[in-house]
Amino acid sequence: MDNSNVDKSRRRFLTAAATVVGGAGAAAGAVPFIATMTPSAKTKAIGAPVEVDISKLKPGERMIEKWQGKPVWILRRTKEMLADIAAQDGAVSDPKSESSAQPEYAKNEYRAREDEFLVVIGICTHLGCSPSFVLKDSDNTPADNWKGGFFCPCHGSRFDLAGRVFKGVPAPTNLVIPPYKFITPSRLVIGDDSEAV
Amino acid sequence: MADLGKKVVDGLYGLRDWVDDRFPLMQNWNEHLAKYYAPKNFNFWYYFGGFALLVFAIQILTGIWLTMNYKPSAEEAFASVEYIMRDVNWGWLIRYMHSTGASAFFVVIYLHMFRALLYGSYKKPRELLWLSGMGLYLVLMGEAFFGYLLPWGQMSYWGAQVIISLFGALPIVGEQLSLWIRGDFVVSDVTLNRFFSLHVIAFPLLIFGLIGAHILALHEVGSNNPDGVEIKKNKNAEGIPVDGIPFHPYYTVKDIFGATVFLIFFFGVVFFMPEMNGYFLEHANFIPADPLKTPEHIAPVWYFTPFYAILRAVPDQLGGVIAMGLSTTIFLVLPWLDRSPVKSTRYRGRNFKCALVLFVISFLTLGWLGMQPVTPLFTWMARFFSLVYFAFFLLMPFYTAIDNDKTVPDRVKN
Repeated sequence: MDNSNVDKSRRRFLTAAATVVGGAGAAAGAVPFIATMTPSAKTKAIGAPVEVDISKLKPGERMIEKWQGKPVWILRRTKEMLADIAAQDGAVSDPKSESSAQPEYAKNEYRAREDEFLVVIGICTHLGCSPSFVLKDSDNTPADNWKGGFFCPCHGSRFDLAGRVFKGVPAPTNLVIPPYKFITPSRLVIGDDSEAV
Repeated sequence: MADLGKKVVDGLYGLRDWVDDRFPLMQNWNEHLAKYYAPKNFNFWYYFGGFALLVFAIQILTGIWLTMNYKPSAEEAFASVEYIMRDVNWGWLIRYMHSTGASAFFVVIYLHMFRALLYGSYKKPRELLWLSGMGLYLVLMGEAFFGYLLPWGQMSYWGAQVIISLFGALPIVGEQLSLWIRGDFVVSDVTLNRFFSLHVIAFPLLIFGLIGAHILALHEVGSNNPDGVEIKKNKNAEGIPVDGIPFHPYYTVKDIFGATVFLIFFFGVVFFMPEMNGYFLEHANFIPADPLKTPEHIAPVWYFTPFYAILRAVPDQLGGVIAMGLSTTIFLVLPWLDRSPVKSTRYRGRNFKCALVLFVISFLTLGWLGMQPVTPLFTWMARFFSLVYFAFFLLMPFYTAIDNDKTVPDRVKN
């Protein structure tokens, strides 16, 4: 074949144009494949609020509920527990919860609407394990001078009874407080805080 | 009778020629087997590439049969694995071969990689061979990770939760990325279903393609050997390396013998200790996944534990994730970190030999630490050995450049 009369610049232009248009087409074609892996409409709809009866929860006890597939802990704190929380402001890394996630009404010393009840998502902010609840007088405390709190078995993060993370552990922030409200003194809704008082 | 025999043989040759006119059958046979000249001095360490191929075949075969009875849904997955173990005829054998195969894959791959470190097989001109091999290793880690979720036990669930959360620790895109991987706000049925798809289709195809690239790259540059001498530099009048022997029949026979011995050990594990005391099948995985409760002590399967120990050693969340990512990918730049002109440790100086010994010790110790619970002593040990681990790579340009290497002979030794 005789190539001597070929207009090379025109050929280059056509190659470049075909590459750009084809590349754009391939990129556009990738969009549905990537988007189909994001949460579906059904998955999003499952996160409805749950109602919890806390009348049987005794002081010092914790119960676990499931909301959006995650464990939510409800801890009824005693006077002594609350005093221990206040005493540990110096040992936790974010005592005032300034860089942690919680609704505005839980951004206070005890991270709760009502001091007595801690409502918190039981997922470690490090890598998503669910920490264990370890009381003050347990046989196996995760640290010296342990005042009670939560200990993550996966990577050793520790939290106090307000879900505040201690210094020197891998978790970066305090445990997350979900939106919640009391509809009666002994009934609680997790996942909804509209019309809250 | 003799006539009939001759006729059959002639017929077969005729058929071969008929195919050869239409398909490069003999050309490929010669190029990759009968006239592929490999160094004559291969030793024990050269078994493991072939073993890896054998284990891949076992995994594909048993995987296809497991898929016939497994159900990828959060409701049914755990029960369907129990069904395979108890009610499906020979199901226990297929499943134990697959679970043992996963660990065996990593055993032979780690030994195969160690061989490359020992004899400098990653060095010029084998950089792409090394990169395709590292690609295979990383894809294999993904394949093993996806597969581990499928039985939907407690370890499956929380292991996946932790590993996916690693991506969540990345700045800005992290949250969205982990949401995209899970397809849900937590590890759920959605996650299980897509991991099944990736485990049985996407990643096996990737592995298959990468094995092809790995072997093509190997046959282009030729095999390295325990002396680290390029046999292609010494060719006879016919252009055949004088220190080379045809892969077939010499190494095919050697590898078939090796495979037989390997299978004796493999089935020894399958029949007598398939759980390997919780190292191959972890005890907590005999409990169905419970999204509300993490087991008291969670650890990844043994082949991930060195990297897991490095993750736990770093007191910062993002720092730990980066260190862990680097610990697996830093191997990729090995060909460019090594400044020594000598390949094999047989002729290398004391610097590299000491460094390699320290690296192997730190890799094994980190692997052990990754299985232990978190204590202050173990955390400090993990920090120390993580430093040794990274020093092996990061200081390599310095200690290999000033090493007292010996003279490499022109020919391989007999």
